[in-house]
Amino acid sequence: MTQLAPAPSTLTPQPRPRQPRPSHQGGTLLAAGEPMVWLLAAGLGMAIAMISGLVALVVWNGAATFWPVPVVEVRTLDGSIHLGEVVRSDTYRPDEVVLQSIPEGDREAVRAAIEGEGGLASRRLLRTANFDLSGTHFTWVDDFSIAPGGESNPEWAVVVERLEWGRFVGVPLRGEQGGAVVAEGEEATWTWYEDHHAEARRLWRERRELKSDEMGALNRRIEEARLDLRRAELREQAPPEWVTAWTDLSRARAVHDESGIEASRSRLAAIEAAGFRPNERFLEAIEGYEAIERSTEGEFAALRGRIEDLDAQLAAEVMVLGTVDGQEQAIPLAEIVRAVPQNRLSWFGRLGVYLDRWMEFLLDDPRESNSEGGVYPAIFGTVAMTLIMTIAVVPFGVLAALYLREYAKAGPLISAVRIAVNNLAGVPSIVFGVFGLGFFCYVVGASIDQLLFSASLPNPTYGKGGLLWASLTLALLTLPVVIVATEEALAAVPRSMREGSYACGASKWQTIHRIVLPRALPGIMTGAILAMARGAGEVAPLMLVGAVKLAPELPIDGTLPFVHPERSFMHLGFHIYDLGFQSQNSEAAKPMVFTTTLLLITLVAMLNLMAIWIRARLRRRFAGSQF
Amino acid sequence: MTDAPATTPPESPPPAPAPRPHPRSVGRVEAPAARDLAAIARGEIREAMVHAEVGKEEPVVEVDAFSLFYGGYQALHDVSMRIPRGKITALIGPSGCGKTTLLRSVNRLNDLIDGVRTTGDMRLNGDSIYGRDVDVIELRKRMGMVFQKSNPFPMSIYENVVYALRIDGQRDRRVLDEVCERSLRAAALWDEVKDRLHESALSMSGGQQQRLCIARAVAAEPEVLLMDEPCSALDPIATQKIEELVESLVPHYSVLIVTHNMQQAARASDYTAYMVLGRLIEYGPTQSIFQNPKLPETEDYITGRFG
Ligand SMILES: Nc1ncnc2c1ncn2[C@@H]1O[C@H](COP(=O)(O)OP(=O)(O)OP(=O)(O)O)[C@@H](O)[C@H]1O
Ligand SMILES: [Mg+2]
Repeated sequence: MTQLAPAPSTLTPQPRPRQPRPSHQGGTLLAAGEPMVWLLAAGLGMAIAMISGLVALVVWNGAATFWPVPVVEVRTLDGSIHLGEVVRSDTYRPDEVVLQSIPEGDREAVRAAIEGEGGLASRRLLRTANFDLSGTHFTWVDDFSIAPGGESNPEWAVVVERLEWGRFVGVPLRGEQGGAVVAEGEEATWTWYEDHHAEARRLWRERRELKSDEMGALNRRIEEARLDLRRAELREQAPPEWVTAWTDLSRARAVHDESGIEASRSRLAAIEAAGFRPNERFLEAIEGYEAIERSTEGEFAALRGRIEDLDAQLAAEVMVLGTVDGQEQAIPLAEIVRAVPQNRLSWFGRLGVYLDRWMEFLLDDPRESNSEGGVYPAIFGTVAMTLIMTIAVVPFGVLAALYLREYAKAGPLISAVRIAVNNLAGVPSIVFGVFGLGFFCYVVGASIDQLLFSASLPNPTYGKGGLLWASLTLALLTLPVVIVATEEALAAVPRSMREGSYACGASKWQTIHRIVLPRALPGIMTGAILAMARGAGEVAPLMLVGAVKLAPELPIDGTLPFVHPERSFMHLGFHIYDLGFQSQNSEAAKPMVFTTTLLLITLVAMLNLMAIWIRARLRRRFAGSQF
Repeated sequence: MTDAPATTPPESPPPAPAPRPHPRSVGRVEAPAARDLAAIARGEIREAMVHAEVGKEEPVVEVDAFSLFYGGYQALHDVSMRIPRGKITALIGPSGCGKTTLLRSVNRLNDLIDGVRTTGDMRLNGDSIYGRDVDVIELRKRMGMVFQKSNPFPMSIYENVVYALRIDGQRDRRVLDEVCERSLRAAALWDEVKDRLHESALSMSGGQQQRLCIARAVAAEPEVLLMDEPCSALDPIATQKIEELVESLVPHYSVLIVTHNMQQAARASDYTAYMVLGRLIEYGPTQSIFQNPKLPETEDYITGRFG
């Protein structure tokens, strides 16, 4: 209990001589804090340097990939001749073995020249391409091994990006249509190519659509019918032998094979005698399936015919190119994605090609085991996964944080839960991948398959990696981030506001819903942004729960039910790993690694900017802007 | 009265002290009064000096032998008082004496603090406040509260005022509009904000914000309005406005107001209660408390010699 101040006499302050505090003026540097400031500044400087270095490296390497570089033709001292794009150059210290490859007459001069440079020599990496003819994509050319006057930039050297075998570098010789020469000479051939290429590509795309869309639709129809039949079979518990016998019977009927009909009939009779009697519904299901099979057969044939016609048409138009060592190669126009006479281009022409390549990269499917073409499916997969993850994690995290902060009674249990949540943030991400595989795919997914997709078993529908499971796995991974951020945001809502609300007669939930949550929303958004940034860049767990090397079928497309969260998907992070370490043509894949990295960084930054923009709008809406 | 209070047995009321002239020289502390306070601090029980006029008023809130403990610390000691209807009652006393605690006990806001324990009861218009199956939320709907520091909600001025109606599920725009205008007029704020009702309440000045909180508190027609030093963060002009506003609220509303400002209490209230160390010391019409206090402690406090 408080004591009251007693005797008034002691209240009078005793006068005390003021003692001067020791002054640090002119004292040590340390006391003034200067060295600490430098240290702190140095720390910050290091961080900035590292980040800007990283960004600069990625931007520099990634942005240059698609720029058309000059094509050079070099004739070496030993008489070989190369034509290719200059990819990069470096200096190295050539050893005796290298010098032995120089013809005897020139060797001493070359040796002297190298020694004059202090033993160093420069060389260039040429992308000589033409893998189908030469067996290599790249060739190193030593500058000292080039014959005098043996280097030139041939005007008509054309770099052809084609669907298979990588690039081709050569000079257009002639255009052929159905075996007949329709254009001859470099210029004429090129003009002919430019006139006909677009149409050939249009036909090629038409063929691709026929093959993927229409053929796919037919296949799906049959598959649907087969699944319906299987469902009926499961429902009626029909013995599989009965079904096979029935199918055999109708086949035999179709070809009027009397003995076959007889044999199938007796098999059916034997099974029915053993106790199984098909009812009306089941027979209808079987007949429905057979009707569809019959009707699609004709459609298949017609489709195949159309595709073959197109194929013949497409194969007829070819451009013949000559390589630098005198070989010829005929390339169908339809297989040429892009042909670029890189030495003939003005700066704007190059810019056009550069932008065109970027468009392809952003909007097209990959080809050549991902090292060429675009990454559209990967962009789509990354964005879709990040958004689904955010949509899944934010409500859960907010609910958990609300309970922890607003409702739970403080105590050892709640402290333990908090510690556990915080530790969850430090668990290696691959562990979440293992959990996702073991729980979402093998337990939840398998149960869904049992319940809803039993007809297509043993092929799993949800019981394998897929977009949904990957998103949920990452949601779990980022849950602690959201919980911690939300808890902080809730704790920052002033007590006076809650009390004001209670004093107005609001219940706890009304107070949370009307006062606390709106106030905390920007903080919650910050948590969501952090979660997104963390989740979008995560790769390791995805490899276990659904990210794949190639998945041209997007999780959202035009086939019912339009959204397919069970499908595997491509992811930019995984794509980078795949390009960098799994690619056969690693020299060609290397720049693509940087370009894809650049894209991933940009994408994550854009997702974050979007969230920050939403947060800024919320702030404006829920809090006073002026004071 | 130099000897009586400290030794008065609890059963017998203190003898009415003989009115006598009291020396008002500043700087001299009356030894007997100090002795009385020390006795209170030691925990010796003594009855509050409640003037007879209070008993004649019809009460809106009755406090009945109410004690409150923050964990092990007792902040209110057996307080009993009747707060008259349609009047302004001021609570004064030195810092830490339990004024805020008493005020917040009336609408049970102290329930939100962990480890708070109470004994005794209060009644709002005859209905028990601390009874066993009282619905606290229903109870709070019958009172309004204004806090020391203005606490407008982060929403528009309009939504702030009609908040109490909103949480009751009132949707009718006409009713809301009407309540908003009436409350803002009652809080003398209507003319200032009628053109910007849908702007954020946080864009108002401090004084306006406090009047907005008053408007919010009276919006649901409370049976009693609790105010905890509503002017402590305001300049004299805003203070005066709020004082006038509070005066204009009676007799329609009953007001219980905590204040540190003696002039304010003297000017603006009908009754004044003086508290020390969690106990009610003297309670009576403001006029008699300030001009003719019956206890020397009260006199010391209001003349500025203690507190
Ligand atoms: N939440 C709390 N927990 C513990 N003790 C508290 C709490 N709130 C107040 N007290 C104590 O209760 C006593 C009364 O506090 P109260 O806030 O009611 O005083 P007051 O009269 O309003 O003072 P002031 O005039 O300074 O506002 C003080 O001693 C204080 O330390
Ligand atoms: Mg107080």
